Amino acid sequence: MTKYLLLKHYRGAPEAVNAVPMDQWTPEEVEDHLQFMADFAARLESTGEYVDGQALSPEGTFVRYDGEGRPPVTDGPFAETKDLIAGWMVIDVDTYERALALAGELSAAPGAGGKPIHEWLEVRPFLSAPPTVTE
Amino acid sequence: MTGPAKADQVMDELLLRELTPAVIGVLVQRGVDFATAEDAVQEALIQAALTWPDRQPADPKGWLVTVAWRKFLDARRSEVSRRDREQRVEAEPPPGPTETADDTLQLFFLCAHPSLTPASAVALTLRAVGGLTTRQIAQAYLVPEATMARRISRAKRTVGDVRFKEPGDLATVLRVLYLVFNEGYTGDVDLAAEAIRLTRQLASMTDDEETAGLLALMLLHHARRPARARRDGSLVPLAEQDRSRWDTSLIAEGVAILQTALGRDRLGEFQAQAAIAALHADAPRAEETDWVQIVGWYDELLRLTESPVVQLNRAIAIGEADGPVAGLAALATVDPGLPRHTAASAYLHEKAGDLLTAARLYADAARSAPNLAERHHLSRQAARISQALRG
Repeated sequence: MTKYLLLKHYRGAPEAVNAVPMDQWTPEEVEDHLQFMADFAARLESTGEYVDGQALSPEGTFVRYDGEGRPPVTDGPFAETKDLIAGWMVIDVDTYERALALAGELSAAPGAGGKPIHEWLEVRPFLSAPPTVTE
Repeated sequence: MTGPAKADQVMDELLLRELTPAVIGVLVQRGVDFATAEDAVQEALIQAALTWPDRQPADPKGWLVTVAWRKFLDARRSEVSRRDREQRVEAEPPPGPTETADDTLQLFFLCAHPSLTPASAVALTLRAVGGLTTRQIAQAYLVPEATMARRISRAKRTVGDVRFKEPGDLATVLRVLYLVFNEGYTGDVDLAAEAIRLTRQLASMTDDEETAGLLALMLLHHARRPARARRDGSLVPLAEQDRSRWDTSLIAEGVAILQTALGRDRLGEFQAQAAIAALHADAPRAEETDWVQIVGWYDELLRLTESPVVQLNRAIAIGEADGPVAGLAALATVDPGLPRHTAASAYLHEKAGDLLTAARLYADAARSAPNLAERHHLSRQAARISQALRG
């Protein structure tokens, strides 16, 4: 089993096919989308492949160390930053192909007009602990 | 396992938890320091959870005291041998006074000591007064068990030098119980119910209007719980809740407790909040809500706290009592950076008939919502108004 991170972006991913923002959907379309997301997570839980899922607020701040005895420097949010993470789902699956298939299904979540959003999701494998048997 | 046996186990666990502070109190009376006593009792609780389902002792408290005392002696013996001391410890407990309700009250004070951070005070209170295991508390707050264990041992070190009999501050205890009630997540422990149980216990030991006010506030909000979320977990706003699903016995109890407290004419923050909840509970339909009185209570609350959150809620109440234009005027004096300011503004603009602004604000509010349930709710509002505009 390998763990994969399915990353959803507010910004930084290529534009989705059906990119109409949610506040321009009908209430039924919003409902259908939320139901799809809940069903998807529930199905992965039932197959024993779901690990975690979280959503992030769009606001963030960059912070860095500024030397002994000084408070950390904060800056941002930077408008020019290309990447903005919206949330993630962690799955634990047998193969890379399975991870891709699930990400594909998640990207088919319905949006405006009840049609799939075709949103670009990023699939990233976790670096795992070294195996016991190495030879 | 059959149903009744399972029910017995649930009862056992509640009994264990109710006895926890009293048993810690006995050990402290016998001269054991709080941190050590708390550890010994936690170990006794774990042993009880293993053995009681098969055979519950005739005297559960006596059993717990005996086992906790043995755990304490075992710990001290291994400590003594580790340090290679010659001195032997007495096997028999020294005679001492038995525990009283005062001990439990002192435990409340100690676990909510002002030197503790809110998160530490919450964890310590749930363990030492609530009798929950570290694992249960960790699950309830969605952190790893090891993290919660360290948080609790740090908290115990922080209060290590506090004398057990030191006079405590009831206000900080109430603040901790309010946090447990209001910021509890889900797990196999119902934290809202646990907060109510502990506040009831505190109210029975004190003669304090604000403790009664907090208990009333919790009961009145808990009464709405069956109507507050749809089956899929989404939020139902107060105005849209099916009021026939509110728990009328909890409301009656909350109102009675509140009236007694208010009758003593020593108003505080929790009593005023409970009064607002009681006015909502009193309205058979949302349209019959007495918003004028609610604004009056927000005015009282503002005098007591000067909290910007109260200012925000007051502006919404004014919008209901005197119309959306008055509500927006009140909102204009509130810090716009406050969470939910945009959502409140969207709501008042919609009531004022400015749908274009309302749709934009709802979409903005959804983006900055502090939790997913609110984000989804606000997205639905934006979609509903946009559809009406396209209509």
